[in-house]
This record gives sequence, structure tokens and C-alpha cells, in this order.
Amino acid sequence: MIEAIRSQIVQLKKHKFLFEELVKRDFKKKYKRTVLGMLWSLISPLMQLLVMSVVFTHFFGQHKPHYTIYLFAGNLTYSFFKDSTNGGMNSLMQNAGIITKINLPKYMFLLSKNVASLINFGLTLIIFLVFAAVDGVVFHFRFLMLIYPIVCLIIFNIGCGFILSALFVIFKDIQYLYDIFTLMLMYLSAIFYYTDSYPENIQRLFYLNPLYVYITYMRHIVLDGYIPGLATHALCLIYAFGALAIGALIYKKYNYKFMYYM
Amino acid sequence: MSKIELNDVSVSYIVGDFSNVGLKDVIIQKIKGTYTQKEFLAVDHVTFSLDEGELLGIVGSNGAGKSTLLKVISGIMRPTNGTMAVNGSIASLLELGTGFDGDLTVKENTFLRGAMLGYTREFMNETYKSIIDFAELQDFEDRKFSHLSSGMKSRLAFSIACLVKPEILILDEVLSVGDGAFRKKSEDKMFEIIKGGATTLLVSHSISQIRRMATKVLWLDKGKQIAFGDTKEICDKYEAFLKTK
Repeated sequence: MIEAIRSQIVQLKKHKFLFEELVKRDFKKKYKRTVLGMLWSLISPLMQLLVMSVVFTHFFGQHKPHYTIYLFAGNLTYSFFKDSTNGGMNSLMQNAGIITKINLPKYMFLLSKNVASLINFGLTLIIFLVFAAVDGVVFHFRFLMLIYPIVCLIIFNIGCGFILSALFVIFKDIQYLYDIFTLMLMYLSAIFYYTDSYPENIQRLFYLNPLYVYITYMRHIVLDGYIPGLATHALCLIYAFGALAIGALIYKKYNYKFMYYM
Repeated sequence: MSKIELNDVSVSYIVGDFSNVGLKDVIIQKIKGTYTQKEFLAVDHVTFSLDEGELLGIVGSNGAGKSTLLKVISGIMRPTNGTMAVNGSIASLLELGTGFDGDLTVKENTFLRGAMLGYTREFMNETYKSIIDFAELQDFEDRKFSHLSSGMKSRLAFSIACLVKPEILILDEVLSVGDGAFRKKSEDKMFEIIKGGATTLLVSHSISQIRRMATKVLWLDKGKQIAFGDTKEICDKYEAFLKTK
């Protein structure tokens, strides 16, 4: 295991130049070299937040304290997951012209895509913290623990990206099915509602949704003022490495078979 | 020691209209029990070996498995059966011009391609100028790649791939790049690499080119190895075969 990881790191070092160039390419393509392009990717989640916040506070009478921050925490995490996995899903097919002509490790394309989403997430996270400060949330050393769910989420996204990109190579309708899936996931992740109106055993079912776990972890730290227990930590880790392990296994097994479907 | 050794290598493709199949279709077909996967041997039991400095010409009609064989040797595909040993760094020029990004500039594409071919950043910084000079694209460095003509694109691809000294060179119909002047230049460059001791595999439909350059010839037909050996003998046979068609 450790030996395998070490050889992976050696591989990564060898391909560092390629990785940097791919990240640059994806970044330039994403933002089309315009300041507005970058700004737009920040404005779009904020607009969504604004609409949701207006709709739920004024029409549905959601008046719990810090509701906007509650909403933002959910939306931030969900958007990152969606952006990153969608990019990941396309990463192999978009580079089919390269993969079928040059012998390269295929996961490089997925990782570079993820870096572009991560940068976007980082910027939105800063805005989130600014909003929280404006809304009167008191900052605490505890906030440093936000790193834990974020790192887990990054790993989880990469794992899901592996699985989806492999599926997408073989089944071209995955794109549409995944759109429906993410929409359902949004409603199931308690982004704009509270779960405490559900009975206890139903509330527990929410923990089957990895995204809900990550969102809840962040909300506990920022809004509820405590670090979640060991079980939540374990769950974060299990989901992240579970997805990564499945994805890595698929890549290992089908690495040379992708070619037939491209 | 031989540089390239293929022993009874076969490659089977999965065929069918799978490239448009959706998950829904597959599930329905599985339920109905009509799901089938056909296999097709693109390369069918090929055996040969090449020593250092040799140039192998590969001939055969379209769909003979030539490109698949080159993909196997460059490591993009794995043989389904048989064993293969390839010793040395490979520069493979398969279908030039693909895999570039139209939105990026010529300069950015050059670095990206260099990175894909496994060059280091230092090497690219050093050789970037000579790549552009060789491709004669000095005035186009900051243009979008999609604005280049197709001849310019292939010239760039060729220049990037050929500025290293590979031990094994794989060429798939690339000696007809660009206009007359550039073709001459690229052939000279190619000969320089080959004379430098590189083992070369060349796919070409031009028998006269093969006769001129190859030290050995492999003749494939529908994936099967018809003959392997001396250039003159096999080229004569192949030409006789083409006449009877």
C-alpha cells in the first residue's frame, strides 16, 4: 500500500510539468481569459443564493437566525461537488483525441479539471466567510477544522469523478442521468431546509448522503459552535476514501479498455 | 539485443454500435437477453523483431491493422494475447495535428504538447525557439491555434515531436507533411534521426518510399501477418498482389 502510494508520488513528480500545463489550459478555457469570466463564476452562485434566500425567508417564512449562512454553507458545498464531478465526468472524453494518440496517465486530465473547480470553490469560500462575518457570526479557532471536511470533500469529488468519467466513456447518456441525479441530490441534501422537523430515525437516514455529512460538518463549526463527534469524522473519511478506492479500481481495471469506446 | 520484439501479438477490439449505447439501452438489452458483444481481431498473431538502427516499413491495405499495431508498440493499447518487449524511449507521430487545443495560442500549445511527450520545462524553454523556427511559425506564436492552416498545424506537430533524439521512432503516414519545401526539410530531419541510430517503424502507402528507406518490411492484411523480411522480396510480392486485386 505505502509502496504503491510512493510510486504514485514518483509518477506525479515525473508528470509535474504536464500537470501544470493542463491546469493552465483548463483554467484559461474555463474563464476564456476574461476578468468577467472569473467574476461570473462567483456571481452565479451568489445570485442563486440571493434568490433562494429571498424565496425561503419571505415566501416560506424561514426565520431561524443566520438562515442565509445556513443556506450558503449548503449551496457552497453542493456547487463545488456538482462543478467538480461534472468536470471530472467530461475529463476523459474531452481529451479523447490526446488519450488515443499519446500514452499518458489518464487521471492527470481529471486532476487538472479538479484544480480549476477547487480554485473556484476557494474563492466562494472566502465570500462565504465574509458573509458570515457580516451576519455577525463570531470567528473562533474551531474554524480551522473546516479544513477536514473540505479535504475529505476534495477526495470524494475526485473519486466520484473517476467513477463518472469511466462510466461516461462507455455510456454516453450518463451525462443526462447524472443531471437528474444531482438535482435529486440537491433536494435530499437539506440545503434550504432543516432536518429537525423529521422524526429521529429519518434524520439518521440523511447521513447516508455523503454530501449531507460534509454540509452538516461545516454548519456545526460555523453556526452551531462545536466540532462534530468522532462518528461524523469517520463517516467523512469513509465516504471520501470509499469513492476514491472504487474509482481507482475501475481505472486500474479498465485503463486500456477505455480506448475501445473513445 | 533487439530493440522491439513482438511475439504472437493479437489485439481484439470490441465492436458493435457501443459508442452510442446508453446505460438505459444496455439495461433494457440485458433484461431482454439481447445484449451481445462482438470481438474482432484487429491484429492477428503478429511476430517480428527489430534490431537497433533498423527501419521497418509496414504495408497493407486500409484496415489491415497497421495503426493498431503502432498503438500497441507505443503503449497506448495493450495486446490481448502474446508478449511484447520494447526497449528505449519512443517518439511516436501518430496522426499529427490531433489533440491540440484550438482555443490556446501556438506557444501554449507547443508547451502543452511538449509536456505530453514527456519533455521537461527546462528543455522546452531551451528548444522552444528552434521548434518555432523549424516549423516556420515565427509570426504566429501568439495566434490562436485554430487560426492556423492545416499544413501549419502538422508542421508544428512534426517539429515538436522531432526535436528530441528518440531511440524508437514511430511514423504513421507523416512524411507527407506541409508543402514541398517543408516536406524536403522534414524528410531530411527524419533521415538525420534514423542515421543517428534510431529504430524506426514507418507506415506508408508509398511503396517507392518503403523501398528507398526500409531495411525490413512487414505486410499485414486484415490483421494477419502475410510476410515479414527482406524489403525487395516483400515489396515485389506486395506489388504483384496489388495488381491482382
